[in-house]
Amino acid sequence: MTNDRARFGPHVGIDLPGARERTSWALNRDLAGVLLAILTVVVIVLVVALLSGTDTGLVGALIKWTPFMARGFLLNVVMSLFAIFFGTIGGIFLGMGQLAPTRWISTPSKVLTQFFRNAPWLVLLFYCIFLLPFQVRIGGETYTIASWLRAAIGFTIPVVANFSEIVRGAMQSIPSGQWEAARSLGYRWRQTVTSVVLPQCIKRMLPPWMNLYAILLMATPLASIVGAEEALTNARTALQAESDSRLLLPLYAYLLSWFFIYCYPIARFSMALERRFAVR
Amino acid sequence: MDAITDFFRELHERSGINLTILYDPFDIERFFHGLLVTIELFLVSAVVSVIIGLIGAGCLTLPYRVPKAITRGYVAFFRNTPPLIQMYFFYFAIGALIPATKNAYGFPEELVDNLDWALIALSLYAGAFNIEIFRSGIEAIHRSIVEAAAVLGYSKVAAFVYVMVPLAWRISLPALCNNLIELLKTTTLAYAIGVPELLYVSNQIWSDNINTFEMMNVLLVVYLVLVGVVALAMHRWERALRLPGFGAARS
Repeated sequence: MTNDRARFGPHVGIDLPGARERTSWALNRDLAGVLLAILTVVVIVLVVALLSGTDTGLVGALIKWTPFMARGFLLNVVMSLFAIFFGTIGGIFLGMGQLAPTRWISTPSKVLTQFFRNAPWLVLLFYCIFLLPFQVRIGGETYTIASWLRAAIGFTIPVVANFSEIVRGAMQSIPSGQWEAARSLGYRWRQTVTSVVLPQCIKRMLPPWMNLYAILLMATPLASIVGAEEALTNARTALQAESDSRLLLPLYAYLLSWFFIYCYPIARFSMALERRFAVR
Repeated sequence: MDAITDFFRELHERSGINLTILYDPFDIERFFHGLLVTIELFLVSAVVSVIIGLIGAGCLTLPYRVPKAITRGYVAFFRNTPPLIQMYFFYFAIGALIPATKNAYGFPEELVDNLDWALIALSLYAGAFNIEIFRSGIEAIHRSIVEAAAVLGYSKVAAFVYVMVPLAWRISLPALCNNLIELLKTTTLAYAIGVPELLYVSNQIWSDNINTFEMMNVLLVVYLVLVGVVALAMHRWERALRLPGFGAARS
């Protein structure tokens, strides 16, 4: 047992007889839940569509506008990937900054984190939309910054602040013995963080990071308020083009189901991971 | 009062920093009204969402399948879809189904107006999160306490109301505090359906006076203060209700 512990690390405790079966069964149940949810949404949308009009014109309209809305949804995904990528990088640095031994770094990091974590996403989005330049000059050529890109930058700010808190929480949850051990082995602060603390944090940060991504994706329709042509904008364009009030309910339900189908598996997966990593 | 307005009017003339909400009576009134609407949105939907959370968490403890499944479905749906589209769904899609009445002057008047829809959407959205929060609070109660209640002759309902809810409430408070702060930030979404809350009136003010930068900063500071007030109040409550013998020592 002690040998195993040394080889596989402290989490070998989960490998007690029956534990492995239990977690894989839980994962299967999650998959079944996801499939059931998707099926339910599809059935609800079809029933709503059929009930709100005796003719099949509504379903036809939904199908007709699907590629257009899908193009918008792709932009939602692109914006979310942009923001999570740069937000994660920024968040790691800001989170480490919060725990830095020098006050010159830690105090501004804490202030920045709290400031941007507690501001509404929509206000930060407006901030970026209005205050970022419309055009930039790089090497004599002028580039126009597309509104979706400015919105994506606007989403990056709260992601940085929220991930910074996740990093700080995870780093503080590492037992202080680890910090002391690294110190007594002659590691500098930066070495301790990058080669001892952070690698252990990844496991703890993964579930909240996935939750943050889901929250981010669900925030991307805000970009429609500031003019990016994402799924919600395109859905409203479609509604204007059809100008049929019976289409309102099915189309919005249809759009909601897309986000649900994208986000629900992420939520289930992060919950399953959380259960698996939980200290019992 | 005059001294303050004069100072900010002069500040505008000298430095160009145009804080109309501090000297122009019309803008002061607009901004103050927006602040009140934001606070109303927050307080009403906070109370309703907590009630939804308690009822939902109660349903999850029932031994029947149907209410459990309905609650789980509701939670999964509202937690995993964008709140903005939920708000559009309520206001534009469901709102279109509800007939309008005529007011005293014969103009069409909505039975449920955009402020009401914002309240409904925000309450349902935050309520879904509250159900999860209270559920984990109930699950955190040690079984021996529930068994002790049963031994003392409590019925299941009485044990839930008098033993489990007070304990779960205390355990859930920190998470509830986070969710209510999240709710306060989400009230800005009411902007999208034209509710004259803080962001909406600020947008009107900066459109009229072209002082976008100043209003943006004012908005950030005002929301920071509002969040701070909520956080402070909730932390005080948390401390007052703290269970002796659990968690960190009182500082």
